[in-house]
Amino acid sequence: MSAPTLPLQTPAIAVKERGREAIRFENVTLAFDDKVVLDNISFGLPHGETKAVFGVAGSGKSTILKLALGLMKPDSGRIYVLGQDVTQMSENELFDLRRQIGMVFQESALFDSRTVRENVAFRLMEEGTVSDDEIERRVREALSFVELERTVDMFPSELSGGMRRRVAIARAIVTQPEILLYDSPTGGLDPVTSTTIVELIVKQRDVYKTSSLMVTHRLQDAFIMATHYFDRTANKMLALPKGVHCEVPMAFLILRDGKVIFDGDLDELARTRDEYIREYIA
Amino acid sequence: MAAGDIQIPLRSPAEFAKEKVKALQDYALLVGQSLANLFRRPLYVTDMIQQADLIGVGSLPIVILTGGFTGAVLALNSASTLSRFGSLTLIAQLVSVGMVTELGPVITGLMVAGRNSSGMASELGSMTVTEQIDAMRALGTDPTKKLVTPRVVATVVMLFFLTIISDLLGLVGGNMVSSLLLGLDSRQYWTSAWQSLVWRDVTTGLIKPVLFGFVISTVGCYFGMSTRGGTQGVGRSTTQAVVVASVLILVVDFFVTKLLIALLGYR
Repeated sequence: MSAPTLPLQTPAIAVKERGREAIRFENVTLAFDDKVVLDNISFGLPHGETKAVFGVAGSGKSTILKLALGLMKPDSGRIYVLGQDVTQMSENELFDLRRQIGMVFQESALFDSRTVRENVAFRLMEEGTVSDDEIERRVREALSFVELERTVDMFPSELSGGMRRRVAIARAIVTQPEILLYDSPTGGLDPVTSTTIVELIVKQRDVYKTSSLMVTHRLQDAFIMATHYFDRTANKMLALPKGVHCEVPMAFLILRDGKVIFDGDLDELARTRDEYIREYIA
Repeated sequence: MAAGDIQIPLRSPAEFAKEKVKALQDYALLVGQSLANLFRRPLYVTDMIQQADLIGVGSLPIVILTGGFTGAVLALNSASTLSRFGSLTLIAQLVSVGMVTELGPVITGLMVAGRNSSGMASELGSMTVTEQIDAMRALGTDPTKKLVTPRVVATVVMLFFLTIISDLLGLVGGNMVSSLLLGLDSRQYWTSAWQSLVWRDVTTGLIKPVLFGFVISTVGCYFGMSTRGGTQGVGRSTTQAVVVASVLILVVDFFVTKLLIALLGYR
């Protein structure tokens, strides 16, 4: 897929504490009734890196995103997002922090009674400080990024699953957030549409240097992201030459029984001797 | 247990009580937040006007019909009793006081509860189960401020005016029966209806819709926001919202009437 050229906008970088990490989980535990979903897990997401989170269904992958966003609170442990401890913040304080984070939900979660324009513009309109002309310009820019400018006046129900996912990405990136959280962005999509979504995520990573956590079941998507980069001149995703795949800021996190059993890049993943992981990636 | 039987987990009385107390606590929190949001910016005035149109203008036909026919049937039913005592002329007084103090607010409240409490529960419930409420929070917007407070304000304001319309239409209905079926003088009816009302009746009749409006909207929003379990859950929330709002209207009506009698005395 070739995407239209976009003017480069570097997002404002907020205070980067705790070793320049966008997100830091420290000894986080969460249980629902008697079931322990996350068991004392710790990991970090360095600024500018995209981390793919894997695990079997029910292993707590989506929960990690909701915890990072402050939509849920852990039973114990600390979660730092852009240097702020979200476990200690009130809902009102979290609203301010969330304006610096974009989230793409598993089922898109578009507002079904609003048009694509209103969905993408939602955050800008809520800010109340952006002029109508500026909102229109940025909505068009975000929609052109996902190649859906023509759907601006349509309702979500009129779009296909893949298009809805792309609108959700446009809604998440319209304010150029510092962190992006993707919850199964390619789940249930055909291979062609999945590749389109993956290319958008790679473009966001390489052009805007956005830190991202991506929950997914699809290993092939993460492998593509680890072995490809977005070429701004060619304006498309290209494969890295052999031997330089670790140049891209891409990492893998694997969960099992509520614990982190792997946290590293593609090279480390390929070298691992853990039987479970080898079977998982086989 | 035979194969295919559905095993329903039994809850202990303690768990049941804990669940109910938690629901009450969540409802109280939502009520508190919806009121506190009135003093926080932004106020979402456009959303309030939009909701006022949906709730107020949208409910007008059913309020006109129910108000009119309630007044008419009140006149019809009381006519036989009053004529037995030779007091048929008191019919205007009975319809007037009955509609303004009790039937107008309660019937209008129940109608609006049936129409709008269910609407709010199903709309917000659908948004909850499709993660739209979470998406709103993720986008940095407080759903109680954006969705709940405008509905509460709009329902309280519009139910106040809808009740006045219902009262008036009830009196018109009573007048139709008394003049067309009972042969009473229309001018005498209106004079008697007007003179029989005292300020206590009007105050009682206008305080009630404010409280009922608050009950209808907060109950509808609470059940919508706490929906769990997909489309089946949305259906359950919608039913519960109507039932709870209707019952609460009657309960609140009793206690408010008792309180106002204690404060203002019998007429």
